[in-house]
Parts: sequence; C-alpha cells; structure tokens
Amino acid sequence: MPEKTYREALREAMVQEMENDDNVLLLGEDIGVYGGTHLITDGLLDMFGPRRVVDTPISEGGFTGAAIGMAMMGLKPIVEMMTWNFSFLAADQIIQTAAKVRYFSGGQVEVPLVIRGPNGGGVQLSAQHTHSLENFYGHFPGLKVVSPVTPHDVKGMMITAVRDPNPVIFLEAGALYGTKGEVPEEENPVPFGEARIAREGDDVTLISYGRQVNLCMRVADKLEEDDDVSAEVIDLRSIRPLDEETIVESVKKTHRAVAVQEQWRYFGVASEVAAIIQEEAFDYLDAPVERVSGAEAPAPYARNLELAAFPSEDMVADAARRVLYEKVV
Amino acid sequence: MSAENEHTGDGGVETQEESRDGGAVATDGEHLVELYRKMVLVRTFEEAAQRGFRQGKIGGYLHVYIGQEAVATGFLDAYREGDAVITAYRDHPHALLLGGDPKSVMAELYGKGTGIVKGKGGSMHLFDVENGMYGGYGIVGGHIPLGVGFAYAMKYQETDRITQLYLGDGAMNNGAFHEAANLSGLWGKDGWNPCLWIVENNQYGMGTSVARSTAMTDLGAKFDAYGIEHEKVDGMDVEAVLEVAHRTTERIRETGQPYAVEALTYRTAPHGAGDFFEKYRTKDEVKKWRQRDPLGQLEHKLIEREILDEDALEEIRTEMKETIDEVTNFADESEQPPMEELYTDVYAGEDEYMGEE
Repeated sequence: MPEKTYREALREAMVQEMENDDNVLLLGEDIGVYGGTHLITDGLLDMFGPRRVVDTPISEGGFTGAAIGMAMMGLKPIVEMMTWNFSFLAADQIIQTAAKVRYFSGGQVEVPLVIRGPNGGGVQLSAQHTHSLENFYGHFPGLKVVSPVTPHDVKGMMITAVRDPNPVIFLEAGALYGTKGEVPEEENPVPFGEARIAREGDDVTLISYGRQVNLCMRVADKLEEDDDVSAEVIDLRSIRPLDEETIVESVKKTHRAVAVQEQWRYFGVASEVAAIIQEEAFDYLDAPVERVSGAEAPAPYARNLELAAFPSEDMVADAARRVLYEKVV
Repeated sequence: MSAENEHTGDGGVETQEESRDGGAVATDGEHLVELYRKMVLVRTFEEAAQRGFRQGKIGGYLHVYIGQEAVATGFLDAYREGDAVITAYRDHPHALLLGGDPKSVMAELYGKGTGIVKGKGGSMHLFDVENGMYGGYGIVGGHIPLGVGFAYAMKYQETDRITQLYLGDGAMNNGAFHEAANLSGLWGKDGWNPCLWIVENNQYGMGTSVARSTAMTDLGAKFDAYGIEHEKVDGMDVEAVLEVAHRTTERIRETGQPYAVEALTYRTAPHGAGDFFEKYRTKDEVKKWRQRDPLGQLEHKLIEREILDEDALEEIRTEMKETIDEVTNFADESEQPPMEELYTDVYAGEDEYMGEE
C-alpha cells in the first residue's frame, strides 16, 4: 500500500467522490484560486471548475446555510471551515437547521452535507483559534461527528461522509496534515460508529480520538518499556455514533481505563466514555476511570504554557499508573 | 377542498393558465374571485387557529397572517410547479396556498399524527415538499441562506425553477440576511441565483417598529448594498402584488438573477396569539390599517366591478367557514402521533441508531 500524507489522503477521497458523483461540490473560503489555506483543495478548481469549487466570501453562516439549502435540493456539498473555530459563526445553521430540519419536516427532507476542516490545537494559535469540538457537536441528535487520525481513515471516512444522507461534522487533525501512513489507491469507505483498536493490550485501556490517539500510542510504548504494562489503545474515530461495544469489551478485558481528550475536562467526550464504562462494565472495573483533559483555561500562546494546557505523555502515563495502582513517580 | 386549493402549479383553471402564460396578468373576474376565495380561506383558517389556541388545543407559539393575506396570495399565484417556497414562522398561508390540505395543516397545529409534518414541527415548521413548501423556520433570519442555496442548486441542476424566499422586516437587521443577500447578489451576477426575495414588511419585528430597528428605514435600499435590484409594492392590494409577482418571477426565470420586492403590509392580529397587551402600537393605528384590509379592498373591487354582489361574497365566506369547521373537527378528532415517532426522522437512511430507548 502506498504511503500518503493525511492531506493527500483527504484530497484523494474528495476527488474520487467528485468524479463519481456530479452532485458533489465544494464551498469555502479561499479553497479555489488560493488553493486552500491548508492546501487540501489545491488544484481542484482547475479540475472541476468554479461551479463545483466555490470560493465564498468570509461569511460562514451564509455559505453554510446556503450549503444546507443545496443539500435539501439534492446536491452533496462539502463545506470547508477554514478552521473549526469559525464554525461558531455558522452554529445556528448547523445546529438549528442542518441537525433538525429532517425531524421537524416530518422526514420530508434530507441534508447530505459534509462540513470539514482542521480541529484542535497544538500549533500556538492561542485562544480564539484553538478548540476541540467533538463534544460540542456530538451533543446534537441529527448530526454525525467523526474525528479520524490516520491517513487511511481520513480517506475512508471522507468517502463515507460524502455518501451519508445526513449532515456530517468532519473534524480533521489539523496538526497532522503532513503525517504519513498507508492509504489504498482504491475506495476504502470506513463505516461510522466503529472504533479502531490501534494497539492491543491486556492491562489498561487508553481511549481517545484525533491527535491524542498518537499521544496514547507513544504512552503505550513507554508503559511497556518502563513499566512492563500492556496498554490497549482505542481510537474512537466516530463520536456520534459512538462505538460503545468496543470500549466496553476492552474494559471487560483490561479492567482499567483512561479516557484522553484535548478538550476541557467538564462535559466532554472523556466524561461520556467514563459514564458508559460505569453503566456497562461496572462490575469489571478494578479502579475508577481516569480522565486526562486540557487545562481549564482558554488556549495560551506561549509554547511552554500551550504544552502544559494539553494532555502530555506524562499526564497520560501517570493516569494509567494510577488506575493500575502503581506508584506514580 | 376544491378550486381554491388548486394553485397555479399544474392545477388551476385552463383559461387562467393561458392568460398567465402570456406574461401580462389578466386580473379578470374569474381570477379575482379565485384569489378572493383563497384569501378568505386563509383568513378563516387563521381565525379558527386563534380560537384553537385560546381553547388550549394549540400549544407553543402561534403566529397568524391576518392582515397580510394579499402578499402570499399574490406572490404564490405566480408559483410554478418545481419552484421552491421558504419562509419563517408565519407560514400557514404559504402551506395552504401551495395546495397543502388545510386539514393536515390544522392537525399539525393541534399536534396530531395526521399533521402535515406528523405532529413533529407544529405551527412554525410546515413542510409540504411535494407542493413546493420547504418550511417553516423558527429562528428569525436563519432560513434566509437556505433559500439562496436552493436557488444555486436550481441552476446547478440546469433547470429554470426559482425560489420564492419570504422574510420579514425584522429579519433584515440580522447577519444571516446580509450574508445571504451578499451571496445571492454575488452568485446572481452571472445568473446563478434565481431567487425572488419577498419582504413581508408588516412594519414590526415582534413589537419593535422598523424605525426603532434601523436608521435606514427604506428596506428595499438594503438590497442595493448587494447588487440586487428591487421595488416596492402595496402589500394590501392583491392586484398590485399579482402584477409584480408575475412580472418579477418571469424575469428571474429568464435571467437567473435575484430580485427583491418589499411588500408594505400590516399585521392586524397580534404578533403571537398569546399577546394580549399590544403596548407597542395604538388601537387607532390598527383601526386605520384595518380600513385598508386586503379582503375588504378586494370585496370592494368585486362589487364595484359587478363581478360579485354582497350575497355572493357572503356565500363564499359561509362556504369557507363550513370548510374550516370540518378542518377543525378533523384536527380535533385526529389521534396524537404514535410514540414511535419520537425517534423517527432524526437521521436519514438506515441507521436510526439512537432510537432504541
């Protein structure tokens, strides 16, 4: 299987879907002539023309709403949020309309819409440009929310997203656009609602999604080396629907769990994961579930503060040691 | 429902269709009577809805169209099959005039399973996609970008369909309006936004008048900022609305360019059916506008032109009352939606995966 970057894999999925289906079109700020702020859509204007690669003004609420209208008319728009931080300007459209219009129309319309863009922090963009919105959008019935971390999955989940008849919130690991991985040339649709066991283990389960999965993988190596602990790493991939079964089965095996998220501690995905574990696997637990989260402050700019604001290898490793009742150094 | 419900899609009376295809609008006697019947239907429906609300049979909010009937009636006369209509929450007339069964509309207000959206949306969310009614939205301004997207899709699909996008004066101070108008003008510049913007200027956003909402009280002029041509029409005179409606829809269909019409009208009913104290306007003002009531004006014309006499008008009113009585009974007697509807239509496709609880 050829190696590709996350960026290339994502772009390849969109190109394949646009070639397969004339109803697929792209909208967003500077996605055409400029080539995309993160170069995800570079060259697509030349391939598909300005009616299918639509440069919009800086007007998130307007073009997201228009894309919802297009989707209701049978098109399949993919909207680029230059970053998910700007999506608050479109939140009324996403939450009040995209998520609900099928329901309040009594099932008369569908909204086959994908909204995609980089999510999460780690590159010193500070407070207004750093959010991890899985829990925010994951709260609303009517939306599907996914957060792929590998190049393989970003391609496969984009294909699934475009083909899904529902609005899909596609949260990309913005800091990882340049990372490489194996990606098949052919279509590789990855179903929603199926977590991936990124690493098998027996002693403790580390549950995460997006960029933090890579962190958990490094921690798992470290635990094996330093502590002789075998950690299982679960990449949720899909937040809504959430694969409860994979989480629960893993905890039944390891009896210990740490949920890791970049977002703030309260009301987050990690809290949800912990609640599911105590509901479904209470009798199997040998220790309370730990959460590792971002610091309860807006994201800071200075590198040292930023590093301290997000989960670190040490924080995750220490949490794992605590649930294993090992001595934390 | 019979003739009054056969909107101008592909129903309607043949002679009228012919006259309309010619471009100029022949407001011949027969056509005026048809419009009158529609307006009486809407008025009678709305009055019955108000009663239903007072009796506690209708929950939530209820916003009626009383006083504004000429606007939707006139513009929807120019509706053609395949066009799309979208509006905010004062949406009963649009659903009715597009041919929605009044029984299913009233049943929706009553929260019944026989409602037009199965009792899941209520008064503010009427949809009847088969007849071109694309909602029914509750957040002021929020629906406006959708209409612009509809219009883009219509060109993308290489059709000559158009969108009728209704909005109130109150929505025009919201960012969603300005963003959507900007896109409409931009895309329409090269013929990619066949959208008729219909401003139902009833002069109040809830209880705040236009003058207390914006320094630029010429609402049509706001479209200048986005390169969208516009004009005004007397929204209390259905004949005037009709003329503008047919002329502008034809033009939009041909050019693919958006166009805006500000219809000056007045809501003689309260903003919401639960608003008893109208501190924001005087009784005299309401009285003054009631003298310009669109139904009254049309009745006057029908008599003056010797198309109908008083008895004939009364006959229509009685007929509509009887119709709406049946409609109300139907709504009242219908069953509430079955419990399983709670979890249907949350998602499209096979996976209604949150539905098992």
